[in-house]
Amino acid sequence: MSRIEPSMSPDTAFFWEGVAQGRLLVQRCGGCDALRHPPRPMCPACNSLAWDPYETTGRGQVYSFVMPRHPRYPGFDDPHIAVLVELEEGLRLVSNLGEVEPEDVTIGMPVEVFYATFEGGIVLPQFRPAAPT
Amino acid sequence: MTAWLKDRAAIVGIGQTEFSKASGRTELQLACEAVKAALDDAGLRPSDVDGLVTFTMDTSDEIEVARNLGIPHLSMFSRVPYGGGAAAGTVLHAAMAVATGVADVVVCYRAFNERSGFRFGDTGSVLGGGLPLWLSWYAPYGLLTPASWVALHARRYMHTYGVTNEHFGAIAVVDRHHAATNPDAWFYQRPITLADHQASRWIVEPVLRLLDCCQESDGGAALVITTADRARDLAHRPALITAAAQGAGGDGEMMTSYYRDDLTGLPEMGVVAQQLWKASGLRPSHITTAFLYDHFTPFVLMQLEELGFCGRGEAKDFATVENLSIGGVLPINTNGGLLGEAYLHGMNGITESVRQIRGTACNQVPDVEHILVTAGTGVPTSGLILSPSA
Repeated sequence: MSRIEPSMSPDTAFFWEGVAQGRLLVQRCGGCDALRHPPRPMCPACNSLAWDPYETTGRGQVYSFVMPRHPRYPGFDDPHIAVLVELEEGLRLVSNLGEVEPEDVTIGMPVEVFYATFEGGIVLPQFRPAAPT
Repeated sequence: MTAWLKDRAAIVGIGQTEFSKASGRTELQLACEAVKAALDDAGLRPSDVDGLVTFTMDTSDEIEVARNLGIPHLSMFSRVPYGGGAAAGTVLHAAMAVATGVADVVVCYRAFNERSGFRFGDTGSVLGGGLPLWLSWYAPYGLLTPASWVALHARRYMHTYGVTNEHFGAIAVVDRHHAATNPDAWFYQRPITLADHQASRWIVEPVLRLLDCCQESDGGAALVITTADRARDLAHRPALITAAAQGAGGDGEMMTSYYRDDLTGLPEMGVVAQQLWKASGLRPSHITTAFLYDHFTPFVLMQLEELGFCGRGEAKDFATVENLSIGGVLPINTNGGLLGEAYLHGMNGITESVRQIRGTACNQVPDVEHILVTAGTGVPTSGLILSPSA
């Protein structure tokens, strides 16, 4: 299965390097400790340019989800689930939901990250229903 | 925004090409045809024009349009970003220019072959050069089209307020009914029913069916703006620009503003609405008819709430076929909208609103006092209130 390869900039490369190592990283502001995603150079809360990567738990819940049906792209099951996850840390990110049928997904459902390697060695974070804790 | 601009400028000419799926000519030619038609409509000559405004996405350079038309010089030109969010913004820029004396006559134009040339939904086939950075957060997961970006946002709205896809059908039905009696509309004489809407295939399940998504069109449209004083001497009843505003919300992206605290609104349109009501001194009850940008039906419901035509979460009950059709409390998109007439990035909503002011629309609303026009949603956007001259 192929997926479109993400582009990176000096602001965002850490995220993809983390994914390649099986870690879901976001930015933590060096000025006020606020977390942020998607990555950007400046903290909107305190305007600090200092930040370091912060490893999230990779757990969260389904905030929104849809099944894109048309047009079809190679590399995706039909239907496939695009999901907006709200992480435990309060940040959101877009991903896919796997290991579940669309009819079993509900908004608010607990999910956890896993990592999938696609054609060409592209690694993407994916989510699945969270194992009971 | 203050009320300073109120009724100081007017739209005095409108022009458009035919709306098609394959224009058979260049985008530059479409732009020139639309600008010429708008000047002819206003009774002005190219030599009267000293300002041009278009979209950042437009491919026709101002100096090429000027060269083709024979406009001898330009003292003002600007472009408005964010796709269809630019439509009413072009009129704001033009109104500011003529009201301040920076320019005398400004033409706003938009022309494209969005169906026969580059299609906005065709993102997947044109990524050979690598993904734009922002798209890297979405495209690898299969969110590659405007429909998919909008749907992920709208799904949260549906969840919060108990809205279903059936609620969106009213917008499609109203637009297609209006288009059915507009000879300029691509879907002239082809109305649909709610059953047709519900039978159309999913584009992004469970938010958008085919009939929730606007069409793709080739064509051009143009508007001529000058001062209200000069407008009085021209051919048609002027459409006074009672209020014009642009708006961007905090923590936003182009169509993927998924990171705000709340995803049940369109904060950009809220910024526009607040300015329009404040600058005009009007309220939603003063609006006779509206053109609400309808690239995807869910955002029409959310606009009704942002603009104050109903409360939060109430659009599913307000947006009925009866309420939004001619004779209802708020007839919308009397030309058929982007779903029914053409996808001209919202500029055809402004031309239609001018016809409503003049009393020359095919689906004329009686006794028009004030018209509200909105531009593209889910992106930084813009809006207008137009009124007949006293």
